[in-house]
Amino acid sequence: MAHYSFDLPVTDTQVRTLKVGDTVTLEKTLFGIRDATLIAMFDHGRSTKFNLKGHAVVHTAPNVRKVDPRPGNTCGYEPLCIGTTTSMRMERFTRPLMEREGVRLIIGKGGMAQGTLDAFRDMGGAYLAVVGGAAALETTWIEAIEDVDLDDLHPESLWKFRIKGFGPLLVTMDSHGGSLHAQVNAEAAARRAAVLASIGGA
Amino acid sequence: MQLDLREVEELSKTLYIRALKLLPRDIKQGFDRLIREETDATGKTILGTMVENIAVAERTRNLLCQDTGIPIYNVTIGSHVEFDGVAMKEAIRRGCERATREHPLRSSVVHPITRKNEQTSCGVGIPIINVDFDGRDETVEIEMIPKGSGSENGSFLQMLVPADGVAAVKRFVIDKVIECGGRVCPPTIVGVGIGGTSDLCMHLAKIAATRPLGTTCADDEGAKIETQLSEAVNQLGIGPQGLGGRATSFRVHVEVAATHITMNPVAVNIQCHSARRANAVITPGGIAFE
Repeated sequence: MAHYSFDLPVTDTQVRTLKVGDTVTLEKTLFGIRDATLIAMFDHGRSTKFNLKGHAVVHTAPNVRKVDPRPGNTCGYEPLCIGTTTSMRMERFTRPLMEREGVRLIIGKGGMAQGTLDAFRDMGGAYLAVVGGAAALETTWIEAIEDVDLDDLHPESLWKFRIKGFGPLLVTMDSHGGSLHAQVNAEAAARRAAVLASIGGA
Repeated sequence: MQLDLREVEELSKTLYIRALKLLPRDIKQGFDRLIREETDATGKTILGTMVENIAVAERTRNLLCQDTGIPIYNVTIGSHVEFDGVAMKEAIRRGCERATREHPLRSSVVHPITRKNEQTSCGVGIPIINVDFDGRDETVEIEMIPKGSGSENGSFLQMLVPADGVAAVKRFVIDKVIECGGRVCPPTIVGVGIGGTSDLCMHLAKIAATRPLGTTCADDEGAKIETQLSEAVNQLGIGPQGLGGRATSFRVHVEVAATHITMNPVAVNIQCHSARRANAVITPGGIAFE
């Protein structure tokens, strides 16, 4: 199990190096994306001005403060509290996000399913787990909101964050078919019968 | 005591923000216990990160979690309190809107069909305002709960029948905990409602999920199941964030109500580890926060 520090965007080789159990810290740029953003992009055919090729997205909708645009902050938002939401709701968007936009890393919580794992295998991707509900801490890894797109969906806009030391994040799904989530779920299912028997629930 | 509605509005705003920033003492103590008992290395690290986050939120006066939730206000009115109920509910709603605009907070509330966000944390039927009564003299208690969606999506109801027995009730709870895995942000408080009608059963599960740690089901039979299920869920190996370990839940809480001779309903409502609540008591002497 190794630790990596990646500047975004990443290369195919970097992504395919990652294995479940490794940890990663990300630098430079991170995009925030969410249910409504993905629905707009892939169900309603909207496009984004951002180039997401080789980039990482975090499943989030942030708390922000509106400020007057000024040099160094042209988009007019300051971060207040940015944390990660449950990824599984967005399962069906992983493949189109990688195929159409070239996204390589997904940061989320709770893990994703087989469709995502297949997309990671086919196109070279990985899932990096952040500790959900630890948003105050996560916010300290975000330096600024650099830009925003699709802001009519606010707060579920497509956000561009400038990050510094974003992590360590745990690789829980890789491009080699590994999924810690699937492993833990299988273990829980295997223990079910004994647990039920112990409480008269069999 | 005449209830001062400007005070209620201000308090509704303050409690929302306070709940989002300061975790109740019983939950912090719950983390201490889980860390002591955790045997999995990844699980222990994750619990440590959660505790660090609580400290960072306090130090930076930031929100614990980005999810500002669905706002719920539980109002308990004591005896000898004069108030205009409709105006009181409007005051609470204004306080909730002001917290969202003035802090500012992310409005997490949308119309269920158009998905339009009014950017006020309010909408049709939201905030949820539950009003109840108790015997405390000249006292009004307001509890604010920002219910996060990751765990609220872990809500289930099953209208079991008497022939299914209590065994099926227990099986339902264990199966739902397994089904939710890491999606509901474990370690959780698993709220279980047993009995009542379908809507009451679901409401009991919510009361159970948001009850302070260290409290016990008032019904002896419910309390027994509570103890059994609490031990059982932490044998599943789901662990913090669903990444393996012992600490799947702080505790399973059960609430019961009588039900119909033909019915055997069970409901599950889950609370994530960011088990946020804030409450305050209004008396003629002033406002006291818990």
